[in-house]
Amino acid sequence: MALDAITPRPEIRIADLTKIFGEASNTVTAILDANLEMAQDEFISLLGPSGCGKTTLLRIIAGLEVPTRGEVEVRGLPIWVDEKRDCDATRPVSMMFQEARLFPWLTVAENVALPLRIARVGRSERRERARTICATVGLSGFEDAQPSALSGGMRQRASLARALVTDPQVLLLDEPFGALDAMTRDTLNIELMDVCTRAGVTTILVTHSIAEAAFLSDRVVVLASRPARILEVMEMPFARPRTLDLQRTSKFQDMVATLRTQMTGGAA
Amino acid sequence: MKRSTLRVVLPIASVTLFLVGWSVYVRTADVSAFVLPPPEAIVVALSVMLFDPKLWSHTLVTVTEALSGFGIAVTLGLTLGFLMARVPPVEWALKPFVVLLQLIPKIALAPLFILWFGFGLESKIVIAAALAFFPIFSNALQAFKSVDPGDRDVFVILQANPFQRFVLLDFPNALPVILTGAEVAVVLAMIGAIVGEFIGGNEGLGYLAVSYLQNLAVPELFGVIVVLTLVGLVFYTVIGQLRAFLTPWHVSSDKDRSG
Repeated sequence: MALDAITPRPEIRIADLTKIFGEASNTVTAILDANLEMAQDEFISLLGPSGCGKTTLLRIIAGLEVPTRGEVEVRGLPIWVDEKRDCDATRPVSMMFQEARLFPWLTVAENVALPLRIARVGRSERRERARTICATVGLSGFEDAQPSALSGGMRQRASLARALVTDPQVLLLDEPFGALDAMTRDTLNIELMDVCTRAGVTTILVTHSIAEAAFLSDRVVVLASRPARILEVMEMPFARPRTLDLQRTSKFQDMVATLRTQMTGGAA
Repeated sequence: MKRSTLRVVLPIASVTLFLVGWSVYVRTADVSAFVLPPPEAIVVALSVMLFDPKLWSHTLVTVTEALSGFGIAVTLGLTLGFLMARVPPVEWALKPFVVLLQLIPKIALAPLFILWFGFGLESKIVIAAALAFFPIFSNALQAFKSVDPGDRDVFVILQANPFQRFVLLDFPNALPVILTGAEVAVVLAMIGAIVGEFIGGNEGLGYLAVSYLQNLAVPELFGVIVVLTLVGLVFYTVIGQLRAFLTPWHVSSDKDRSG
C-alpha cells in the first residue's frame, strides 16, 4: 500500500506501441515505439501535423484499431487481448469524434442517452441523466429537438454530452471542434476544460492547433510525422482555472513558440 | 394569376381539356366504340360496375394476391438483404443465383408458376412475390451495407451487442432506402397478380378484364383499368404515409422537396 502511494498506478499506460498498416512490401508505419504514462485527472494533448498518426494512436487506446505490437493499459487492464478489444478494460473509456455523429432518427435527448440505453439503464433514469448532462453542456431546452435543427456548435455540445453521460473515467477527443469557427471553438474549449476538470476525467485530446493544445493541457505530447514518434512531452506550467486572457500573456506565447519549434524541428 | 392559384387551376384545366378533346375526337372522327369509347361511356359503365358486388369480390382477390406477394417479398428481401450485407460467406454463396435471377424477366416465369402452383390464389401470390422481391432485396442489401464506418465506431465504443446495433443503427439507417424499394415493389406486386390472372384462373380484376375483352365490353374494360389505377394509388399513398410516419427525419419525407 505504501508503495502504491508513492508511485500510483498510471491511469493510462502505453508501452512500445507500434502500428504498421498494410502487408509485405507495401507497409506504412503509423506509430513507432510510443511510450507514455498518464496520471488520473490529467489532460493531455497529442499535437502533431495532419496525418502523423495521432488519430491512430487515439483509436488504439479506444479499442477501435488493433496495435501491431506493444501495450495499452487503462486503469491496469490491457485494452487489447489477443487482437480483441477487452470489454472490461474499455468500459470506462468514452470517445468524441470530429463529426458529432448524432443519429437523425433520435431526438437530442435520446442521442445523449444512447449509451445508457445500450447499457440497459431504465427509461426514467435515462431521461433524468440526459436532462442533467444537457444542462451541464448548455443544451437545456433543446432536449426534444431533432439533431438537424441544431447548429454545428450545438451538435458538438450534444456529442460531448453523449460522451459524458456515462460518467467515464477516460475521455478521448479526436479533434472534436476542428470543423467549427474560431469563436465557437474557443467557447467550447473553455467549457470542455471546465467540465473535464470538474468531473475528474482523464482526457486525451488529438489536435493540430498548438494554441489549443497549450491552453487546455497539463502536458502536451509533440509527435513527429510518418511514423508518429513521441518527440517531446512538455509540461504546461499554467495555473488553473485558465481563462482566454492566458493566451495573451508572454509566458503562454513563449510556450507556443517553443512547441512550434519542436514540431517543425521534428518534421525537418 | 398568382402562382398558388395556377397550381390548382392548371392541373384541373389540363385534365378537363384532355377528356373533352378525347370525347370530341371519338365523336367527330367516327372511331368505333369497340376501339376507343368516349370517356362518358366509361364513366357510365364504371358507375354501374361500382354497385355490382362482383367487382368488389374480384378486387378483393387481386388485392389479397398482391399484398400477400408483397408481404412475402418484404420478409424474404429484408432477411436475405441483411444476411448478405452482414455475413460475407452468405453473399459469396448466393451471389451467382441473385445475378442470374435478376437477369431473368420475372414475368416470363408466370406460366411456370401456374404449372407448379395451380390456377388458384397461390400461383398469383408467388408471381407477385417474385416481381416484388428484387427492388426490396437489392435496396435492403445496398442500405444495410452502407452504414457509415464512423457511426459504427460509436456503437463499438458503446459496446452495443449485434441486436442493439441492428435496432438502433442498421435498421433505421436503412429504412428510407428500403421504403423506396417498397414503393416500386408494391406496384410490381399488382402487376404480378394481374398477369397471373390473365394467364389462368377465374377470379380477380385481371380475369375480369380478360372476360370483358372476350365480350367486347370495352367501356367496362376501361372501368377495370380505372379501378386498378385507384388500387395502385391507394397502395402508393399508404407507403408514402408510412414513410412520413416511420422516417420523418429523412429528406424523402420532406413534403416541400418531394412535392
